[in-house]
Amino acid sequence: MTYARVRVKRRTLMWIEILLFALLIITAITIVRLNDLFAAAMLSGIFSVLCASLFTLMDAVDVAFTEAAVGAGISTVLMIGALALTGSREDQQPTRLGPFVVVVLTGAMLIYGTLDMPAYGDPGAPIHQHVAPEYIAGTTTEFGIPNIVTAVLGSYRGFDTLGETAVIFTAGVGVMALLLGRRKRQGKVESTDASGDGNG
Amino acid sequence: MSVKPPMRMREKVLLRVASQVFIPLILLFGLYVQFHGDFGPGGGFQAGVIFAAGFVLFGLIFGLEALQRVVPLSVVESCVALGLLIYGGVGVSCLLRGGQFLDYGVLDHHSSMHGQHLGILIIELGVGLTVAATMLAIFYAMAGRGRT
Repeated sequence: MTYARVRVKRRTLMWIEILLFALLIITAITIVRLNDLFAAAMLSGIFSVLCASLFTLMDAVDVAFTEAAVGAGISTVLMIGALALTGSREDQQPTRLGPFVVVVLTGAMLIYGTLDMPAYGDPGAPIHQHVAPEYIAGTTTEFGIPNIVTAVLGSYRGFDTLGETAVIFTAGVGVMALLLGRRKRQGKVESTDASGDGNG
Repeated sequence: MSVKPPMRMREKVLLRVASQVFIPLILLFGLYVQFHGDFGPGGGFQAGVIFAAGFVLFGLIFGLEALQRVVPLSVVESCVALGLLIYGGVGVSCLLRGGQFLDYGVLDHHSSMHGQHLGILIIELGVGLTVAATMLAIFYAMAGRGRT
């Protein structure tokens, strides 16, 4: 590609990014303003899809994949499942100034913090200096696989991933203990009450 | 509030036929993401979610009872633990073979590279199993609660 073409491509990408970020902000504001929680859950799925698109533009396909599968896919379903159990409308509450100020201040501080970060894709950034060169070289020489993310997650940081799996395991056990366990016991009590010699 | 959406959805031809076309494709894609994670984007975590999503779609269309006939709760419960056990087991078998915990290089006698490959493949399987089973367990817990 010639230099001019690269510049045109960069400019197109920049406009796509601006569009996606604008949609992201619009979606976020709409979610806050909605009282219909069902629509808010669907919009949060759309929010995740927009995030996944942004991650793809940053070449972080593994993260984008996870965001699309978890954020837009399964968590929307679980959110709607939870709404079916509770209620799909938010109670009307008076607008309060205090929380709004806190949120705006926190957001402003976070944006102020990003000003200190190295530029996006800067090869001299600290994160690219520490262990990353070793990982990039090692993935081909030690593992012989093209996906560096898998090598880092699976092997270089195997302990981390073991811990993450344990977290998911704990979440699963917690949900089953809280929501499924009690139902079983109630069923047992009911059946013994109803038939006297119920066998299960 | 206590309507039964699965009963209604099952009667809709379009939903039924479309889901019958898509569910095998979703499951196949899940398996692809699972076992191709070291060559392309993806891995156990994403694969587990996609795999669970296929079953959740089946449950939404054909009802929770039909889904629990396909994947009983006891299977889900044991898979939540089995995945973590597989992951930990790989680490322990590395120890037994004289390496360090989760140092997959020792899993293959001939080449450390093959050992690393094998280790990553098996632990990703463990991750996928735990994630898929946990997502299904949460779905069972939530979907089953509204009707009792």
